[in-house]
Amino acid sequence: MAPILSVRDLEKTYDDGFKALKSMSLDIEEGEVFALLGPNGAGKTTLISTICGLVRPTSGSITVAGHDAITEFRAARRLIGLVPQEMPTAPFEIVGDTVALSRGLFGLAPDGELIERLLKDLTLWEKRNNPIMALSGGMKRRLLVAKALSHEPKILFLDEPTAGVDVELRHDMWRIVDELKQRGVTIILTTHYIEEAEEMADRVGVINKGELVLVDQKDELMRKLGRKLLKLHLTEPLSAVPESLSKHNLTLENEGASLTYVYDSQAERTGITTLLTELSAAGVGFHDLQTDQSSLEDIFVDLVKKG
Amino acid sequence: MNFEAMKSIYVSEMARTRRTVFQSVISPVISTVLYFVVFGAAIGSRISEINGVSYGAFIVPGLIMLSLMTQSLSNASFGIYFPRFTGTIFEVLSAPVSFLEITIAYVGAAATKSIIVGLIILITASFFVPLEIQHPVWMVTFFVLTAVTFALFGFIIGIWADNFEKLQFVPLLIVTPLAFLGGTFYSITMLPEFWQKVTLINPVVYLISGFRWSFYGQADVNLWYSLLATLIFLGGSLAIVHWIFRTGYRLKP
Repeated sequence: MAPILSVRDLEKTYDDGFKALKSMSLDIEEGEVFALLGPNGAGKTTLISTICGLVRPTSGSITVAGHDAITEFRAARRLIGLVPQEMPTAPFEIVGDTVALSRGLFGLAPDGELIERLLKDLTLWEKRNNPIMALSGGMKRRLLVAKALSHEPKILFLDEPTAGVDVELRHDMWRIVDELKQRGVTIILTTHYIEEAEEMADRVGVINKGELVLVDQKDELMRKLGRKLLKLHLTEPLSAVPESLSKHNLTLENEGASLTYVYDSQAERTGITTLLTELSAAGVGFHDLQTDQSSLEDIFVDLVKKG
Repeated sequence: MNFEAMKSIYVSEMARTRRTVFQSVISPVISTVLYFVVFGAAIGSRISEINGVSYGAFIVPGLIMLSLMTQSLSNASFGIYFPRFTGTIFEVLSAPVSFLEITIAYVGAAATKSIIVGLIILITASFFVPLEIQHPVWMVTFFVLTAVTFALFGFIIGIWADNFEKLQFVPLLIVTPLAFLGGTFYSITMLPEFWQKVTLINPVVYLISGFRWSFYGQADVNLWYSLLATLIFLGGSLAIVHWIFRTGYRLKP
């Protein structure tokens, strides 16, 4: 199946000479949730803004369901909804009106039923006659989602949907994304919360300094790069790793109070049994143990450091 | 053309006017009407007629032009500046709307508002001073052309301005003085010869003169020059707007 969004050799150099995107290519499949991870200033927002028509590309092409984003901007943009990172709202506008305005901008006739359903889904119906400034931060965020969905887009961009929001709203956001995914909406979100990508995404792209460092299925990524840690809390602190155990990948931590063993959880032999046997042979006792899986966050930090 | 989008922007801009009716309609009407009361009814009778027109009636076209110009400017500049300031402009720029449609909607709404203000002033004036409109077609032409031209000009200022200071600068420090010195309150033929010539470089003179001619049939400059000046201003503004959209100036980096 042809990708619903295809970015080819996209470059953006701002007027001040800053290269925000360096020859970026990316395909997004219909119906997937794609998380774009990267530190601040990596180019996430520039990439989204360029696709949505807010920033003029220096070179390269963008096609949305076969429509060129520049020459056929009307057809392309009709398919796209955008929830920007900051929460730009007109403080005095009325909640219901502003959603109607968004729909109108996309050339669609007013549809009261749709707007009612959206506002109810996003628990804003009670507030429909209030000015936007009367909304809380979380409500404003949901209102922006309602506005972005008012023309029933096939692709939804969420630029840092949960930056600076509380836990409850974050889970709310995850639920909304999940519901949209069930309805077949393609979702592209940026975040620097790894937890969020792990929770929601099917695929993850890591972007750093204007380049896509890596794109992979999330599970695949975690499997490939996933390491596990075994931590042993020793009964007696050690001053050094015993000679007989040096072939194992061991490090002493907490002033010798704990030993950490790093292993590949996908390997056929993790070496745990051997290690434990040799530990008792060497007379090293432990009173507790725990294992840890490296998260996307560790993977991400590794990648960005290398970059 | 995305008519639905133009309608939506227009409707939402007009809704903004309704929400701020005191600031955007009543206040300019009152401040202009005060001039009729003072100059027309109170001290106008002590000022001699100008070419057979009572002083109170003489200043009406100039005052309408003054408020038409300043209102168009401030409505249009604020209308586009505020969404830039709050960031909500992203929605318009990422929608399937062309720049032409954006301009028509914003400028149309701003011109509509100032035309409403101008009409209210005209109607109110007729209660205080004896008015006649000898050339109604010309009157409407100048009325609408000026509103649209200055709304376009304001649209440019609203895109150019990057703070509220700049937004106020042109209407308050350029247009208002030019209007006061451009014959709102006097016929430039009343000036010494030297100043008459100097005044002719003030573009507002042509607008006020043409508009006043459509009321009383008397003008400071040739009618066609008035029309030409308006059209040049309109054409210049259109060219700048075209350039803004071609380059994405201050809207699309």
